[in-house]
Amino acid sequence: MSYQEKKHTVSLFSAILVFGIYFGIVYSRYEGANLEGAELLRFWGAAMLILIPVTIVARMIIEMIFIIVNKISTKESPPSYTDELDKIIELKALRVNFFVFILGFFLAMGALVLQMTITSMFVILLFSGFVSEAAGILWRLYLYRKGV
Amino acid sequence: MVPCRISNNIRNLRFNQNEMTQQQLADLVGVTRQTIVAIEKGKYSPSLELAFRIARVFRLQVEEVFTYEEVRN
Repeated sequence: MSYQEKKHTVSLFSAILVFGIYFGIVYSRYEGANLEGAELLRFWGAAMLILIPVTIVARMIIEMIFIIVNKISTKESPPSYTDELDKIIELKALRVNFFVFILGFFLAMGALVLQMTITSMFVILLFSGFVSEAAGILWRLYLYRKGV
Repeated sequence: MVPCRISNNIRNLRFNQNEMTQQQLADLVGVTRQTIVAIEKGKYSPSLELAFRIARVFRLQVEEVFTYEEVRN
């Protein structure tokens, strides 16, 4: 397995881990709070905003741990640059990422149209963010393995 | 459009060049080893610029390193 494949496998697991833990905490708080109206909107808005820095920091820490562990076990240093293959794969994966997220966004708006709760809309939006991220990583792994 | 395939003989050329490693070639042309592996296995067709850089390492013309074939069913 190449360095990039290992890196993206770790990214996938860290995305699942971070989102799983964060969503678990947020949902348990939501269950306990019994919010309505503007408070409910504020709660989900804050949950979505906080998710971004939390994800960035947590995944950076996990990636640093991976780099250190990988360096110790295989004596392999991470590439200091991204070359043309990396860039092509990155662009193709981003396209998948955006497509899946837009699909999720439409689903979330559809939930509002179908008069589902605000919570359902935010949960769908959060999940579409996670699923799109996972789909992008899986597509990167596929392209590194099968070629462009 | 006729499907095409770009094959190459980088592996043989590396072997004849004092058994140059994939990492050495990657360093000389400015890409990662993963990219050289992908090119050798035919999983990735390099850009024109990279193809020229690879050919220059072996002091050959591009068409002596890479071969363009049309795949006919």
